[in-house]
Amino acid sequence: MDNLGNGLVYGLATLGPGIGLGILIGKSVEAMARQPEAAGMVRTTMFIGIAVVEALALLGFVLAFAI
Amino acid sequence: MRTLPVLAAAEWGGEFEGALEPINSLFRFPYFADWGVFSINRTILIAWFMTLVAGAVFLVAFRNPQIVPGKLQAAAEGIVEFVRNEIAIAIIGPKGTRFVPLLVTMMVTIFFLNLAKITPFMMLPPTGRIAWPLFFALIAWVVYVGVGIKEQGLAHYFKELAFPPGVPKVLYVILTPIEIISNLVLRPFTLMVRLFANMVAGHILIVITLVTIHVFLPSFPVGWMLGVFGLVASPLVFGFELLIITLQAYIFTMLTAVYIASSVEPAH
Repeated sequence: MDNLGNGLVYGLATLGPGIGLGILIGKSVEAMARQPEAAGMVRTTMFIGIAVVEALALLGFVLAFAI
Repeated sequence: MRTLPVLAAAEWGGEFEGALEPINSLFRFPYFADWGVFSINRTILIAWFMTLVAGAVFLVAFRNPQIVPGKLQAAAEGIVEFVRNEIAIAIIGPKGTRFVPLLVTMMVTIFFLNLAKITPFMMLPPTGRIAWPLFFALIAWVVYVGVGIKEQGLAHYFKELAFPPGVPKVLYVILTPIEIISNLVLRPFTLMVRLFANMVAGHILIVITLVTIHVFLPSFPVGWMLGVFGLVASPLVFGFELLIITLQAYIFTMLTAVYIASSVEPAH
């Protein structure tokens, strides 16, 4: 029963970051398509953003086992 | 070696209840030699081996450098050049060339330690134990705080860090605690947790895929279908993990560079 709870908690934790990543990467692709010469800069910034958003999901993953 | 509870539970059709509960059993191994803090177990042996491999690759590549590089030298030069141009100079700026050795070492070491996750006969990432990401994050923390103090002076660095300029004075009540915690605690913490959690999750994913094949493929009359599915899925899982491994090494290095850049140049 506890394992089920862990799984549900992690599922909840992925919701927000999932939406966030979708918006983030989608917007980055738009920006790259609009201005291909700025693609390098956009990609670097995108990875930084991904890293920050992803941290939330990973915290959920860790806490699912920790609690 | 002690059989993993997951394998045991699956193999003998026993109780799955609580089999996955001590997830530590996938990562914690008995000691070969028990010397207190300096004990040796499987994790540390893998870490030593992968470090040796990383060192050996670069030693062989740059032992006898040619003007026209051979294959290995070209690959190694490609890595160094990538870190120098795409990470150090692109993010930190002209001052970034000083940090190229650190960043290359960090990226290559993390990559090879992660690679043990999908290397046959090892199949365990040392970075899946918290000590390794913690160690790398501490190095990054010491470097970016040290660089900030050296470049801007002790008082100025911490003043800029706690009181970012260009903000109305009233907001400092809220902003200062957030900035201090985010710059000095959350940065290394998220660096550590990102690498650690990715490796743990990947390891669990691989274990589950392989256990599925191992358990269900020889089973009749229906179970073998699940085994075949696992068999088809496992190359995809391994390819996905290779992507994650590379991406994590890259992101860790890049975020370290971003933090160093914020110390070299104060935020306006």
